[in-house]
Amino acid sequence: MNQESLIRKLRGLFVFFAVGLGGALLLSQTALALGGSSGGGGDYGNTLKEVKDKGYVQCGVSQGLPGFSNPDDAGNWSGLDVEFCRAVATAIFNDPDKVQYSPLSAKVRFESLRSGEIDVLARNTTWTFDRDVALGLEFVGVNYYDGQGFMVRKNLGVNSSSELNNVSVCTNTGTTTELNAADFFRANKLKYKIVAFEKADEVVAAYDAGRCDVYTTDRSGLAAQRTKLSNPREHKVLPEIISKEPLGPVVRQGDEQWADIVRWVLNAIIIAEELELTSANIASHKDSDNPKIRRFVGSEGEFATALGLDDNAWAYNIVAKVGNYSEIYERTVGPKTPLGLSRGDNALWTKGGILYAPPMR
Amino acid sequence: MTARAALLWLRDNLFFSWKNGVLSVVVGGFLLWVVVLLADWFFVSAVWNGGIEDCRLRQDGACWPFVQARFRQFIYGFYPDVERWRVNIVMLVFFVGIALLVWERTPFRGKLVLFMLCVFPLASWFLMRGGIFGLADVPTGRWGGFMLTLVLASVGIVSSLPLGIMLALGRRAESLPFVKAFCVVFIEFWRGVPVITVLFATAFMLPLFMPSSVNFDQLLRAMVGFILFSSAYMAEIVRGGLEGLQRGQYEASDALGMTYWQSRIRVILPQALKIMIPGILLTIIGLFKDTTLVLIIGLLDFLGMIQAGISDPRWGAPNVPFTGYAFAAVVYFVFCYSMSLYARYIEKKFSAGRERRP
Repeated sequence: MNQESLIRKLRGLFVFFAVGLGGALLLSQTALALGGSSGGGGDYGNTLKEVKDKGYVQCGVSQGLPGFSNPDDAGNWSGLDVEFCRAVATAIFNDPDKVQYSPLSAKVRFESLRSGEIDVLARNTTWTFDRDVALGLEFVGVNYYDGQGFMVRKNLGVNSSSELNNVSVCTNTGTTTELNAADFFRANKLKYKIVAFEKADEVVAAYDAGRCDVYTTDRSGLAAQRTKLSNPREHKVLPEIISKEPLGPVVRQGDEQWADIVRWVLNAIIIAEELELTSANIASHKDSDNPKIRRFVGSEGEFATALGLDDNAWAYNIVAKVGNYSEIYERTVGPKTPLGLSRGDNALWTKGGILYAPPMR
Repeated sequence: MTARAALLWLRDNLFFSWKNGVLSVVVGGFLLWVVVLLADWFFVSAVWNGGIEDCRLRQDGACWPFVQARFRQFIYGFYPDVERWRVNIVMLVFFVGIALLVWERTPFRGKLVLFMLCVFPLASWFLMRGGIFGLADVPTGRWGGFMLTLVLASVGIVSSLPLGIMLALGRRAESLPFVKAFCVVFIEFWRGVPVITVLFATAFMLPLFMPSSVNFDQLLRAMVGFILFSSAYMAEIVRGGLEGLQRGQYEASDALGMTYWQSRIRVILPQALKIMIPGILLTIIGLFKDTTLVLIIGLLDFLGMIQAGISDPRWGAPNVPFTGYAFAAVVYFVFCYSMSLYARYIEKKFSAGRERRP
């Protein structure tokens, strides 16, 4: 009895194997016919055309970095980097939702970009010499000036990082964070001990449990992880920054047109803040007399044609549908969000920061 | 009477000497302590209703509102809200189908097996992927959560078994040297490469070799990677089962004048399968948990969605990460343990009446 049913089952399995193989071939054919969903690789020169053909921008984001790219309760991606992706989509399609997100780990982000799986990488990536020059990538600018800092318990009685002597420091393994911290302590001849963990959650839990005196990572990360401590008010972030971490969007090298588009989307967001154009008031500036604003909203000049975009009001659309830099910042990481980061270096150059965009003319 | 029996059992098993008694008390106390701690964290001190503010106020227990708010995301990933009925249909058919297959008195069980193995996977692919028959197109990049875990694991499990059997038979086919060589090389290659490397290669290296007009869905590529990888493991388990049989079984079936396939299907495999069950189960459970490695190639499975959810700064509280991971652990445990129970049942059923007598 058993044996008979088993034979029938096994026969079924073999039939399945044959059918499955045929099915897989069929599927691959249909996948080819349908055009599939992921971007093809190899051909570097016409990203814009490929993006227009498939109808959306494939944007590489993080797998969950608070305030920069994380899914919200409704299942939408949100954050500073995500808003940038939405701005790129708006410039091309006049629709901020024409984005597909690829949540990438730090290890594979560059391979993913180079292989053509994604069109633009907006994943809090630090612009460094090596990445810009040796990896075949192109950084188009900086959308957040970050830097590594220290967080300590207030009752440690430390007010400056130079007072951190004989301390244990919690951090992530194998990141530049660990190396930066080591450099800092050695340069200042301070005694320290590194306690490293694999995941951010573990580092926070260890610091919260008192296994170390100091927690070090990028200051935006400190602000985010601080919300996960059992009593955030007992901790403070020290004022010193020990490393430069300019975070910016990245594209593949070798497609100048696409790099220009992404670069000018970033610049447009910043220029909009300079011109005090917001999503709320830009409609009333459509017929402005100010030549700077006229160029920005597309009433003057042929900037879209130069970039290969269809709509001369591309910058207008970005501000109307996504917002200017200040609006994006306040929505995602600003003082009113859980991260509560003040503008600091990320304020406009006219307001004490270093955010600066070349003129649009 | 029963109380007396219980006392006797206690004396015979837990307290038959003073050393044994001390050990029983210590271990029993420790277990009790762990259970009480866990129950307290999971239920008593846990926050059941409200939002993040409540979780911040009561940090000694789980923060279940987080799981409540994110539950649908954990199941469906980024699958669009209005299209979720498609996933629901597929999951319903999947679980009902499995239940019917497990229940032994289901009529037409053989046909159901064929349906679940051949028709169902293709049908559910087209239903969930869309783009035809007027269904909205849902690119696999938006698939995620538990649904993605199920898709990857079931495809991997179902395809790797027949492939593994073929490879194992091929590896033992002495009269067909080329087939044998191919199978050996295939098995050793895939067993010698870490699964992360396989996924990485299929995701990022394959596109570099293909012309840009050829687009092969990323999830399909990951699936193929998983199938090839797990079939190599399955092949070695099947080979172990085949080797475990006495030569006499092979010789006897040959002596009866059976052809190769008759002998394999009617005599060898049914007996070998019984020996293989623990090994097969090991691979299946391993595969079920390995699916989480698709994180590498930018797909968020069940665990990936939970980790991404934890990163939301609006859910910043010390108990949120623990809650997320605890939820993942419970779900994984329930699924793996039920697979384990079923495998144990099958094993018992196959051995009934066939136990070798001493």
